[in-house]
Amino acid sequence: MAQAANGTLYRGREGMWTWVAHRISGVLIFLFLFAHVLDTALVRVSPEAYNEVMDAYKNPVVGLAEAGLVAAVIFHALNGLRIIAVDFWAKGPRYQKQMFWAVLVGFVVLFAPFAIRHLTIVFTH
Amino acid sequence: MSTTTNYHAGPDAVSAKTSRYRRVSKGRGNFELWSWVFMRASGVLLLVLVFGHLFVNLMLGEGIHGVDFAFVAGKWASPFWQTWDMLMLWLAELHGFNGVRTIINDYTEKDRTRWILKGLLVASALLVLVLGTLVIFTFDPCLDPSSTLSVCTAR
Repeated sequence: MAQAANGTLYRGREGMWTWVAHRISGVLIFLFLFAHVLDTALVRVSPEAYNEVMDAYKNPVVGLAEAGLVAAVIFHALNGLRIIAVDFWAKGPRYQKQMFWAVLVGFVVLFAPFAIRHLTIVFTH
Repeated sequence: MSTTTNYHAGPDAVSAKTSRYRRVSKGRGNFELWSWVFMRASGVLLLVLVFGHLFVNLMLGEGIHGVDFAFVAGKWASPFWQTWDMLMLWLAELHGFNGVRTIINDYTEKDRTRWILKGLLVASALLVLVLGTLVIFTFDPCLDPSSTLSVCTAR
């Protein structure tokens, strides 16, 4: 049973769900990094091989996936700062919920201009 | 009850000595402490490196549309971007490696499953680090002898 005496910091609500989202976004970024290093390595094969793969990526489906990836990066980065604040700032644990909402606000502020810019390029070329 | 009863915990709490979850040293020194410190330190550096990378590659110029061989050649002609990408590669791969290592430790129950997954993780990290480092520092913009890139025609 969730009860204060057993510690409820990461049981349910904002604390636990951001922890889950942090793990999922982290794994997603890690898998992408693997693919990203392999496809970039094609610059050592030939300019044609690299350009062919880059051209294959330039379609709306991959463009939307890229936006999703950037969303994962922004969330992971901002929530990472929240984790650091919980760990190192004396009042961090007390304000972890407020900091979760700050992460969401920061996410919208950073992601909205990116999404507009990126999706405009993806859907008009 | 024995003297190890934890009176500060709830009625269903178990004593610190009998808990399955107590953290006991297995002679690994301070490895887990340093890995915890590394996650925070590398995380802050990666925030700057990755946001800079995304801004320059996806927001400036033609954005994703401008990413091709010539774009990469232009960036890696500069030691600044070579160093930037090298730092980002190593910090991101080690940060991700450590994160996935933690996740494997948390969710695998059988030793065999854990070692197989960790073996795959180590192999993929080595591949990414070695290949990525080689590519950044052995990159040749004039790989194609008939290249029309300015850096090649000027030679």
